[in-house]
Amino acid sequence: MKGMSLIVKSITNVVIGFIFIYGIYIILHGHLTPGGGFAGGVILAGAFILRIIAFGADAKGEDRSSLTASVFESVGGLLFLGVALAGMAITGIFFLNFLPKGVPLALSSAGIIPICNIAIGIKVSAGLFSIFLAIAAVKSGIED
Amino acid sequence: MSFIPWYFALPLLGAFLIPILNKIWKPLVLIFTTAITFALFILSLYGIAVVHEIPMVVYKMGNWPPPLGIVMAFDAMSAFMTLVIAVIAFAANIFSLQYLRTYTGQGKFYTLFMLIIAGMMGLVVTGDLFNMFVFLEIAAIASYALVAFGTEAEELEASFKYMVIGEIGSLTFLLAIALLYAKVSTLNLADVSNVLQTFRYSPIFWTILGMMIFAFSIKAALVPFHSWLPDAHPAAPAPISSLLSGVFIKVLGIYTMARLIFNVFGLSRATDPVFFNLLIGFGLISIVIAGLIALAQRDYKRLLGFSSVSQIGYVLVGFGIGNFEGVTGAIFFILAHALAKGLLFLTSGSVVDATGTRDLNKLAGCGEKMPTTAWSYRIGALSLIGLPPFIGFWAKFYIVKGALKAGLLWIALAAVLLSGLTLAYLLKIESHVFMKKGKNDYKEAPFLMRFSMVFLVILILIAGLGFNYVFDLIIGPAAHALLRGLEYAQLVFASVINF
Amino acid sequence: MIIFISCIILFLIGLYSIVTKRNLIKIAIGFALMEYAINLLFALIGFRKGALAPIITSVDSPHNFVDPIPQALVLTAIVIALGTTALMLVVIMRIYEKYKTFDIAEIKKLKG
Repeated sequence: MKGMSLIVKSITNVVIGFIFIYGIYIILHGHLTPGGGFAGGVILAGAFILRIIAFGADAKGEDRSSLTASVFESVGGLLFLGVALAGMAITGIFFLNFLPKGVPLALSSAGIIPICNIAIGIKVSAGLFSIFLAIAAVKSGIED
Repeated sequence: MSFIPWYFALPLLGAFLIPILNKIWKPLVLIFTTAITFALFILSLYGIAVVHEIPMVVYKMGNWPPPLGIVMAFDAMSAFMTLVIAVIAFAANIFSLQYLRTYTGQGKFYTLFMLIIAGMMGLVVTGDLFNMFVFLEIAAIASYALVAFGTEAEELEASFKYMVIGEIGSLTFLLAIALLYAKVSTLNLADVSNVLQTFRYSPIFWTILGMMIFAFSIKAALVPFHSWLPDAHPAAPAPISSLLSGVFIKVLGIYTMARLIFNVFGLSRATDPVFFNLLIGFGLISIVIAGLIALAQRDYKRLLGFSSVSQIGYVLVGFGIGNFEGVTGAIFFILAHALAKGLLFLTSGSVVDATGTRDLNKLAGCGEKMPTTAWSYRIGALSLIGLPPFIGFWAKFYIVKGALKAGLLWIALAAVLLSGLTLAYLLKIESHVFMKKGKNDYKEAPFLMRFSMVFLVILILIAGLGFNYVFDLIIGPAAHALLRGLEYAQLVFASVINF
Repeated sequence: MIIFISCIILFLIGLYSIVTKRNLIKIAIGFALMEYAINLLFALIGFRKGALAPIITSVDSPHNFVDPIPQALVLTAIVIALGTTALMLVVIMRIYEKYKTFDIAEIKKLKG
């Protein structure tokens, strides 16, 4: 894929950080406000996709990105499963909320739920990004 | 009782770890998947031992009590299904270790393989309707991808066709769940069962049941909805064909259907004879039509695919007979068909691996050069036809016994006579591939492929010779679990252990 | 009653598109329509007149919420639909690479 014009690149440079921060905000506040791991992960993936569309990537770069994405997807899945299994290891019950619940409506509350949200966020952003790469890579194959 | 989550946690762990292991050292993936399927096999044996003592084990996810949270309801039927899945998955896994040496992307293959096992295992242990849908979709999506794994034109086309028909089934199931939720406001199977009885036999009851049976008929490939199976199952790599035909259609189609009909909607032959006669009719249509089409096939795996559609009809006939012997026969048949058809698809993989073609007319002379494959095929076929001492005989024996006991003489007769059809199409492969002499330089399959075929052959023999032990330990309790009917709900609530 | 009828009509429009259209992309759109119909039905089932969104904004906020379970189910269903749609589109693109057409009538290497 080729990159786009200078205007697009400059604006992307400005905007991409905000998108990233916003995605992280949505993920971290998943247990307090609407949103959470999936919605935030989609926003994060949007940031990655925007970068690829604006700046372009050669086949080598796409391969490297999809490799990284698949590793992060596994890490997200393992983190989520690990939280569930940690509940089993510590208390004997799968998915038990074993961490202290904290003060309601505080950022560090709700036990394992924020950790689950982070895991989902990693997995969804990496997964959506690799879906995008899979489709985009095929498309560039057709154009040749 | 904390062994239940491991049924789906282990393969999920595998699915997430394999992409990472694949980057570290490729043989690690092979060792790891084999270890996981073997562990599942041991775990399912342990599960059988547990339900022998306690009729129902209820596991609360996150310690939320049943109507509120998701529970895993593990009874003898679930234990039986986990054993069938684990056995075929283990055999397919061993077979794939050497079969896949010509394919690229083994990491992706084993990830999907683990996901399909996780989906099926979760589906049979769960006690929650929406959870059932989620696990069903995990298994289904992984299977769509595995059918397209070769990415040749035919495989992609088969996968797309399978995906379209399969998704219509899944979405109909989801719509039925939505309608049911609007009516009963609960998703726990036991609780749904309780509330459903307040409007039993009302139009909405039959509408929801009809939609669910439509959805599961598609997943089980019963005859009006079977057109995807003979394309999809042959297109997948042989170990996956073995897994799909051996257990996948039974878990996603037959197990779910039986569980909902008997335990949730609470129908039984005594109260609803018309409905059960319809099941028998459906089953007989499947046996006859798919069997006749199978006779005309010229492709090794496609013929076996049609055979699967045909054999699923027997399971439905067994459930339709509805008394203890009939249901026992159906459950026996699930085991017998899983072992036999799993084995036959593995032999097809070994033949394709050696010759590179699936066309029956070009495969003459495999019998002399590939004795293990040929004899595995023969034993699997004999078991499928229903000859003693193999396990297939006992399956048909119980179906016939049940039909006679229910006074359905013509069904008993049909079940016996239609074995002739099975014999006819299986003989076609035998005569074209293994009996016919031909000049060639085919090589016998490598060691691990032979090992997994022999493993299934031994299981068919052991289960057939020691059928009374298999009956007492596995099949009988499973049939009792299904025929428990509406007591399922009380048992689930009574079995909740508070931590 | 009206919500059931309208959602099922939407579902059937999707089904109609899958059954009658010959373009692979239109078939994928039909699936999207069916999924939306079910998600909409779930969301409407949980609706209660005058009730709030099920989010606790303060510790002692009023508890007359709409049913939150269908909303959770919709989220799960959306994720599953995302997976299916993505896989379906990738398979469609691969099919286009092999056959150079989106027309389902010309894609028939399999028969029987």
